[in-house]
Amino acid sequence: MGTMIVTDEKARQLKEVLDRQLLAIGVSLAILIDEAGNVIVSAGNVNGVDTTSLAALAAANFGATAQIAKLLGEEDFSILYHKGKKDNIHFSKIGMDFILVTVFTDDIPLGLVRLRVSQVAQELLDLLAEN
Amino acid sequence: MALIDLNRKEIHCKIVYYGPGRSGKTTNLFYIYNAVSEKYRGKLLTIETRGERTLFFDLLPINLGQIHGLNIRLQLYTVPGQSHYRATRKLVLKGVDGIVFVADSLRKRREKNIESLLDLKNNLRDYGLDLAQIPLVFQYNKRDLVTANVPLLTIEELQEDLNKELQVPYFEAAAAKGIGVFETLKEISKRTVKFVARKYVFSSEKVRAQGGVI
Repeated sequence: MGTMIVTDEKARQLKEVLDRQLLAIGVSLAILIDEAGNVIVSAGNVNGVDTTSLAALAAANFGATAQIAKLLGEEDFSILYHKGKKDNIHFSKIGMDFILVTVFTDDIPLGLVRLRVSQVAQELLDLLAEN
Repeated sequence: MALIDLNRKEIHCKIVYYGPGRSGKTTNLFYIYNAVSEKYRGKLLTIETRGERTLFFDLLPINLGQIHGLNIRLQLYTVPGQSHYRATRKLVLKGVDGIVFVADSLRKRREKNIESLLDLKNNLRDYGLDLAQIPLVFQYNKRDLVTANVPLLTIEELQEDLNKELQVPYFEAAAAKGIGVFETLKEISKRTVKFVARKYVFSSEKVRAQGGVI
């Protein structure tokens, strides 16, 4: 397991993708994290949200779900979705090592979020994997 | 996996407190949380059962200050110690940069200490990590019970059982009273940051050339 280095330029490019693809459709918060629970980049309204705890729990949640998948003979569950009264949260695996967390209200259709997340996945992965 | 964020000028390291159930891992985190001023710590997150045993993990983010213009941020995690939580422990170890092994000094917990260290070794191996390579310190906890007439393992016995081959630093502690807690944290922080920084210096040439994420 190596050390990951995010340069100014890389952070800017990643944030730009989140802004353009997700915030543009009304998603309130998008956070890209790694599987160890580190926040790599976030976009949107983080006011009042403890992103450090959110990232740690999201990574743990994904890890636990992956174990459940294995128990059922599945490879992995690549998407998780939790519905709240006001806010909804969607987690999607990006490649092997990253997770994209999006928070959005009921005004935004889940289908649109899912579509956009799957569209940005490759774009983010290309940026993350660029050497 | 440590994260070096040049945009926010931060280095993030993950330190995991490992050890058998009831050895005092969460107690270490609580003591640190209460002793550190708000300016240097984040929110303490705990996921525990009703019996106040750690179910998944505890997390305490702390800020160590700056080195070469970069803020050092540590994320301190604990694992649930009971043997049947092996899968959970393994999840928490993902991306670990440094480990504190909290051993129980009670004589009747001797086997549990040895079992837990073996479990740590196996879990790390599954991630391609070697216990002998990763930054590690031992904390021999509950030393204050020596005056309470409870049968304790001697330091020599603990060293023989756990640290004979590894030969890493160890600290005597009474975490509930705060004795040895910061000494342990200081040593593991120093070792972990050095370990991560060395990898960074090694790879920074590449970063400059590629301008990207490694």
